[in-house]
Amino acid sequence: MKTKRKIEPYLYLLPALVILLLFRFIPILMSFVISFFDFGVTDIGKFLGFAHYSRLFGDQEFWQSMMNTLWLVLIALPASIILPLIFAQLLNQIKWLKGFFRTIYFMPFVTSLVAVSIVWKIIYSEQAGLANMFLQWLGLEPQLWLAEPRGIFTLFFQSLGVQIPGWMGGPSLALFSIIIMTVWKGLGYNTIIYLAGLQNISKAYYEAADIDGAGKIRQFFNITVPLISPTTFYVLLMTTIVSFQTFAQIYMMTDKGGPLGTTKLIVYYIYEKGFDKLDMGYASAAAIILFIVILGLTLLQRRLESKVNY
Amino acid sequence: MRKIFGQSLTYALLIIFGFAMVVPFIWMLSTSLMTQSEFNKNEAIFIPKEEYHVWNDAGKEHKVILVDTKGEQAIIHVLDEDGQISPDYQEYMGVPASEVELVSKRPSFHFENFVNAFKKVPFATYFANTLFVSILTLMGVLVTSVMAAYAFARLDFKGKDFIFYLFLSMMMVPQPIYVISSYIFLDKFNWLDTYQALIVPWIANIFTIFLFRQHFKSLPQELFDAASIDGCSTFGMLTRIVIPLSKGVIATASVFSLIGSWNSFMWPLVMTDRPELRVLQVGLSYFNQEASTQTTLLMAASTFSILPILLIFFLAQKQILASYAKAGLKD
Repeated sequence: MKTKRKIEPYLYLLPALVILLLFRFIPILMSFVISFFDFGVTDIGKFLGFAHYSRLFGDQEFWQSMMNTLWLVLIALPASIILPLIFAQLLNQIKWLKGFFRTIYFMPFVTSLVAVSIVWKIIYSEQAGLANMFLQWLGLEPQLWLAEPRGIFTLFFQSLGVQIPGWMGGPSLALFSIIIMTVWKGLGYNTIIYLAGLQNISKAYYEAADIDGAGKIRQFFNITVPLISPTTFYVLLMTTIVSFQTFAQIYMMTDKGGPLGTTKLIVYYIYEKGFDKLDMGYASAAAIILFIVILGLTLLQRRLESKVNY
Repeated sequence: MRKIFGQSLTYALLIIFGFAMVVPFIWMLSTSLMTQSEFNKNEAIFIPKEEYHVWNDAGKEHKVILVDTKGEQAIIHVLDEDGQISPDYQEYMGVPASEVELVSKRPSFHFENFVNAFKKVPFATYFANTLFVSILTLMGVLVTSVMAAYAFARLDFKGKDFIFYLFLSMMMVPQPIYVISSYIFLDKFNWLDTYQALIVPWIANIFTIFLFRQHFKSLPQELFDAASIDGCSTFGMLTRIVIPLSKGVIATASVFSLIGSWNSFMWPLVMTDRPELRVLQVGLSYFNQEASTQTTLLMAASTFSILPILLIFFLAQKQILASYAKAGLKD
């Protein structure tokens, strides 16, 4: 009886533990190990030390994909926080058709990325795409969208007749198109999280503010925004982590990260090096760098959170 | 009065933003029902319309392309029954222009796009594969997670904290980090290109374990004390107390698991190669390459591949949204 009691808890844990150790823990460790070796398709080669890492350091394509990914995160984050907060605020105020509107806003999130990538690729097509029809309707010039390697700032200033230096060009319009679609896909999730956060804020604050004569907009900035900040940090963290892993859009909507590599994101770069070029050791080294970046940002946000939150 | 104004403004904004959220789907659906030539003409944005010429050849009507008219005479290409140009189409010159008439139909729905997409690619196989993988994964996830969460929430054992933090830290590692090493690892098992590779690595889910653990911890201790006095075994408590009281959270986890497997892409793309093993998302990605110019067929394929998930979502919209809200915040 006594020994049975000691073993029993482990028996409950065993199935999950075995699967996770085998298919998660070992591969994660292997990633580190492989990154130090010359690794072809399936056979391990010479030990290379940090050679892959120093090669990555000089690899322009790697830096370009890192930069592209940073642009994605930089642009997607504010949009993925501000818009959902507004949506949630609106959804929280209505009485009729609540379920209907929530369903509509959440729809993109449940649908598969692969399928909506196809849809957005066609939306962005130059000839008969919806995006260009919309521009036409607004009376604007049609764009090349996914085929446009020039930066959005370059294009913007060009339309004003101003030429700006190349390094100030910003992300390509092609990448920006992908960012719009990626933000659209994730808005619903963040909205629902914010909606739950809003419902946790006590009505008493708003009633007190009403008595004090504070307007709706002041209430939003002085009550809602600070009290919702734990949710904001959660949304920030999730959006950052998910953005860094963007892959399917690039695979489906672009020609191998083109035009001119301007839409090549870091996970696509890893995929290409590993499964197209079959340089798996090198790809693993890039994956480890990505992991360190994500981990660093996660810890940074946690620290910020503990400083800001009440 | 101000209140009514505020409410209408809120609804107006919700409708505008909401339209932006669904417009890709509306367009997907309408494009999936157009003919390719209609799409290329770029006139019918949301309601498919169709314009074609008909040649009235002594009482027999043919769909034709009007190539040119010279005075009273027309040059036409006769189309086949599906309205397509067949490779051996016939050209007629000198047909009286009065016999050729423009027909305009709106709405004109071409459901045959769905049939044609299904004919081109074995989507039925892809559906079956996806369903098979999703359901087996779900069953595995539920069994392993309920058991592990029960141990974490209700039992005492050595190394509990250590294992807990081990799981937690593994959850922080995103999939792209270990997809290459997993490929190498599964290759050593000779598991590449098998169903096992798509199912077994995913039958334990750390997030689900934590979700269940949270809930199991919240169950009142008195129930377990009473059961213990009645001589109920540890396993009995799991099946008679914990599981019956956890239907909601089990449903939540099932939804996450099903949506996750249904939509997962990178893993099956990398781990399988044989066409018979393709899941829906992978099949769709190949179709995207093969039929890149056949916009309407692509849209039809996208439509029916997201239909099952949307259907489930519409039916259980309330519960699913509540699940995401709860699970998201607790984490």
